Amino acid sequence: MLLISCPNCGSRDETEFHYGGQAHVAYPENPNELNDKEWAHFLFYRENTKGIFAERWLHSTGCRQWFNMLRDTVTYDIKAVYPMGTPRPDAAGKSTAETGTASLAADSTTTGTAAPSISGTSIAPAATPASTTAPKGATK
Amino acid sequence: MNTQQLPEHPDFLWRNPEPKKSYDAVIVGGGGHGLATAYFLAKNHGMTNIAVLEKGWLAGGNMARNTTIIRSNYLWDESAAIYEHALKLWEILPEELEYDFLFSQRGVMNLAHTLGDVRESMRRVGANKLNGVDAEWLDPKQVKELCPILNISDNIRYPVMGATYQPRAGIAKHDHVAWAFARKCDEMGVDIIQNCEVTGFIKDGNRVTGVKTSRGTINTEKVGLCAAGHSSVLAEMAGFELPIQSHPLQALVSELHEPVHPTVVMSNHVHVYVSQAHKGELVMGAGVDSYNGYGQRGSFHVIEHQMAAAVELFPIFARAHVLRTWGGIVDTTLDASPIVGNTPVENMFVNCGWGTGGFKGTPAAGLTFAHNIATGTPHELNRPFALERFETGALIDEHGAAAVAH
Ligand SMILES: Cc1cc2nc3c(=O)[nH]c(=O)nc-3n(C[C@H](O)[C@H](O)[C@H](O)COP(=O)(O)OP(=O)(O)OC[C@H]3O[C@@H](n4cnc5c(N)ncnc54)[C@H](O)[C@@H]3O)c2cc1C
Ligand SMILES: [Zn+2]
Repeated sequence: MLLISCPNCGSRDETEFHYGGQAHVAYPENPNELNDKEWAHFLFYRENTKGIFAERWLHSTGCRQWFNMLRDTVTYDIKAVYPMGTPRPDAAGKSTAETGTASLAADSTTTGTAAPSISGTSIAPAATPASTTAPKGATK
Repeated sequence: MNTQQLPEHPDFLWRNPEPKKSYDAVIVGGGGHGLATAYFLAKNHGMTNIAVLEKGWLAGGNMARNTTIIRSNYLWDESAAIYEHALKLWEILPEELEYDFLFSQRGVMNLAHTLGDVRESMRRVGANKLNGVDAEWLDPKQVKELCPILNISDNIRYPVMGATYQPRAGIAKHDHVAWAFARKCDEMGVDIIQNCEVTGFIKDGNRVTGVKTSRGTINTEKVGLCAAGHSSVLAEMAGFELPIQSHPLQALVSELHEPVHPTVVMSNHVHVYVSQAHKGELVMGAGVDSYNGYGQRGSFHVIEHQMAAAVELFPIFARAHVLRTWGGIVDTTLDASPIVGNTPVENMFVNCGWGTGGFKGTPAAGLTFAHNIATGTPHELNRPFALERFETGALIDEHGAAAVAH
């Protein structure tokens, strides 16, 4: 069972969450211009990374908000939790954006505190308005 | 009924050769599908200068981790054709391979628990019959006659409203199946090379000409990928993509019991499937863990959920114990059907996407994939399962349509 650190609610059991697959998949900008191959790619092709993977989760029985996570698909270690709409942090959990909104999921292997996990220089993701909405047109 | 003694098997079933400098074809992956492919390449196409490369030990992947359910009662014509062909091969393979791998046609039941289930099931029985697949609809009383330990009372959350039944379906000893293929491959001159991980491909333009491995470079005319959960990783090395997501899939067994369960029972709705292995363990499984994973393990709540379902359906299981749980890595597609055919890379072929239900397909996967590799064009049975279907839209949507996908 994964222990997932929701940016809003803190560490909770995996059973409270739903998986949303690969993160950062944007809806095509000009859908009318896509050919069959490009549509196939958008609809059916997702990265299937062995290693650090950026993915979306929904805290369905908690705050009901979506958020992103970096997780190692071999060890299942959670490397970072960060809000929707913010860029993917590097594998160490540091944000690649200048403002730095990622939080290290340092408490993902300990039992839950009610507080969201925040580490180092990062700010609380809950404070970011973007954390409450999935990207427009995002697929599940 | 008596629990069965497993047959003795010989000390050595295959050589452990050093890899040669070059082969006519190289199969990546020494699971059931890789071995069956090599077998049919040698037997049907006379290609014996070939090798099966396996990064670990033979059948250490999903092949010896699955719950061994074999059936062909799929909804769509394309699926019924390939899975029924597989079932017909299962019926003759023990003799052909001269190895009794305990293929037991004890029947498979797919339970219906809602009106929607009932309608879908009856439709599938009709479709199966039209495709020459044996199928029957059973009412709850008939369900109980076939499997007396099933609780058909209506005081459970999802009472049994009936079931589809395929009498020719059943189970087999998966590891013995792998060994049976491996022995015959070896006899025909195929090199089975274990502890040999493929780490890259050598290409001349868009044509593959060799594989890089942990035991050196091997030149080859053709490459067939049979890497199940690792298919995406290999495709990426070769420079193309697959519409595959790898997930953990778990299963479990109890301690040994007297024979109590005469058939195989699957329930999509409460989500568990159960059989009793030849030695007496209760074998159970259910759905994948939701997240992508290459870890060969999953989360415990998935096990807990399937056991709750099992105990509701089979009250006597309440006193059994979980002896072992384990996980494999299954390669799922969005239409729950496999991908077998050519790839964007010349002379490279792919067999993958069998997901949670590819054990039953092993013989037909091997037969059709061997044909595809040897001739460069698909066999009529695997033609609909080409990678292009995701572009043409000719999906073969077996989600739900085929009951539980195992
Ligand atoms: C728990 C569980 C229950 C299941 N139950 C059923 C069932 O009841 N009925 C059913 O029909 N199916 C079932 N399946 C699915 C079935 O097991 C698979 O679809 C099938 O085994 C896949 O084909 P395979 O045997 O060739 O795969 P595998 O045995 O996984 O073979 C792939 C091989 O490729 C090797 N490999 C990977 N990468 C490399 C590399 N780079 N170099 C060299 N080798 C490599 C792996 O080590 C592995 O041995 C189940 C699966 C699981 C996990
Ligand atoms: Zn939350």
